Amino acid sequence: MAENIEPLSGTSLARDAWKRLLKNKLAVFGLVVLIFMLFAVTIGPPIVEYLTGGYTYDFQPTDRELVRSMPPSLMHPMGTDDLGRDILARVLQGGRISLMVGLISTLVSLIVGVTYGAISGYLGGRVDNLMMRIVDILYSIPYILIVIVLLSGFKGPNAPNWIKSLSEFFGGANNQGLTQIFLLFFALGLVSWLTMARVVRGQILSLKNQEFIMAARATGVSTLGIVFRHLVPNTLGPVIVYATLTVPSVMLAEAFLSFLGLGVQPPYASWGSLAFEGIKSMAIYPWQLIFPGVTMALTLFSLNFLGDGIRDALDPQTRKF
Amino acid sequence: MENTNGALLRLSNLKTYFRTEDGMVKAVDDVSFELKKGETLGIVGESGSGKSVTNLSVMRLIPEPPGKIVGGEIIFDGTDVRALSLDEMRKIRGKRIAMIFQDPMTSLNPFLKISTQLMEVTQLHLGHSKEQAYKHAIKMLKTVGIPDPESRAENYPHEFSGGMRQRVMIAMALSCDPELLIADEPTTALDVTIQAQILELIKDLRERMSTSVILITHDLGVVAGMTDKIIVMYAGKVFEQAPTKELFSRPANPYTKGLLKSVPDPAHEHGKALFQIPGLPPDVAHLPPGCPFQERCYRVEDICRREFPPFVQINADHHSLCHFAQEVYNESSSPEGSK
Repeated sequence: MAENIEPLSGTSLARDAWKRLLKNKLAVFGLVVLIFMLFAVTIGPPIVEYLTGGYTYDFQPTDRELVRSMPPSLMHPMGTDDLGRDILARVLQGGRISLMVGLISTLVSLIVGVTYGAISGYLGGRVDNLMMRIVDILYSIPYILIVIVLLSGFKGPNAPNWIKSLSEFFGGANNQGLTQIFLLFFALGLVSWLTMARVVRGQILSLKNQEFIMAARATGVSTLGIVFRHLVPNTLGPVIVYATLTVPSVMLAEAFLSFLGLGVQPPYASWGSLAFEGIKSMAIYPWQLIFPGVTMALTLFSLNFLGDGIRDALDPQTRKF
Repeated sequence: MENTNGALLRLSNLKTYFRTEDGMVKAVDDVSFELKKGETLGIVGESGSGKSVTNLSVMRLIPEPPGKIVGGEIIFDGTDVRALSLDEMRKIRGKRIAMIFQDPMTSLNPFLKISTQLMEVTQLHLGHSKEQAYKHAIKMLKTVGIPDPESRAENYPHEFSGGMRQRVMIAMALSCDPELLIADEPTTALDVTIQAQILELIKDLRERMSTSVILITHDLGVVAGMTDKIIVMYAGKVFEQAPTKELFSRPANPYTKGLLKSVPDPAHEHGKALFQIPGLPPDVAHLPPGCPFQERCYRVEDICRREFPPFVQINADHHSLCHFAQEVYNESSSPEGSK
């Protein structure tokens, strides 16, 4: 019996969307670049270290001849910087941090935004009004200002203990550079949930009066159960789309902050801080700026293309060319 | 436990109002009835007559604000439902009182598998483990006549037809063996053949599980074959209340008469225009003084415009809200004479 039914099993929304996504050339291009980039930053650094004979992101050659910025060569395809460090190794290391900022901050914004928006939308009435006015107020403050205040306020020894223990877990005790990076994750995440909360609230408002929610209440499901089991999964479509578009915007913000010297501190690097270092001597050593810059631009393009592609794939009605 | 006189559910003078910009809407005004164990009650009325709100009140599911139960008593199996805390209410919902909704297309969560939704109920109320709940879900699907339940349980709602979804809803509602099943227009969204199947299923399960049923509908044909007694509602009020047989043979209210005449009879009315009650249901926020049905009634008199009609008791089980209830009842005994 079951065998007869198998070939009839219909296509799910996810499979449909995947098909449409694959038809979108730009989105596929973005996806391929991103997958390549993820592979490169995860397995790239040890390979570079092996091929160049010991160049890691903060390796400085002891031979004084080599402590200078060399143009791209076979040995160093992106050249080296003023201290003789291999730029490729630093770009790959920077990519780890930049992508991690993008992903973790988006995750933070996702958790905060979805919870906030869902609760606000479901409870409605006065609570909703109050919660949304708070969002409005936060909206009206330039977010970069909040991040700067957060970053400088909790800098170094002032960092909250849980962030300190987090960085201790990954990089050993008193690793100030890493503490700063984790701080950056959460600071950016905490300011980018606002739109997410609005998106989710809007969805919940239109969903909560549907009959299946009434049916769930009639079977005695608790409020939390209704919000997180029955409502939130149904908002997934727009949330995924918005999240993929949040990643590049957060990464851009990180680059901007690092460019200002507030974000990632040496010896760690991110694409933003690499570009910042490169710009100082861009007339003489252009490779120091070009390679990190191009890598970052390519990644951001890809993320945006992919995000647009997912949006079109999940909602084919909105855009028909 | 106080004395319940064998009544599973007793409503007395229930009042549920909605505050709107247009004023206070008395969606349910002074509704009383009693449902004994194992009995089936039909609630009939036009859209907006308060049938659904009555039953949502029993479940305490009125959206609040703007709605509010402002008065009356709801006694379910000896407990005052209105006095329960939300947590206690949640334990009754789905376990002791279950509900089936009108539109099976929208009353299942599109994002969850059928099995997950069925399992949720028993895990919640009967403390089932995953395996127990799964087994129970399959058993329930079999009970409501879903073929090949093991593989169908893994499907999502959009892979089911309307009739099948309504069967799933019934399976879900009956999972915890409730004492009372409220079916809110369970067949309105289905086509006629499926309608008959679903009604047959409810009837069958009711007998097997000895569940009391409240069947809400605007289709008199649906209640005729299924119910023990019927309540006719209009503008938030009970207009007539009688055992099913008597209501059909000797209605004592002009409104009920109109409703009965409005049922199309393909055998005799060939070529004739269908009967309809003139006018529209009144705006419940601005009821005129006197009888709410006055504008549409065929035998309206001055008193109907002045005074609110009394709830006349015609015999032990038969009540009608009309100044002329007795006369209408007498007319009805010789149906040809009134035409």
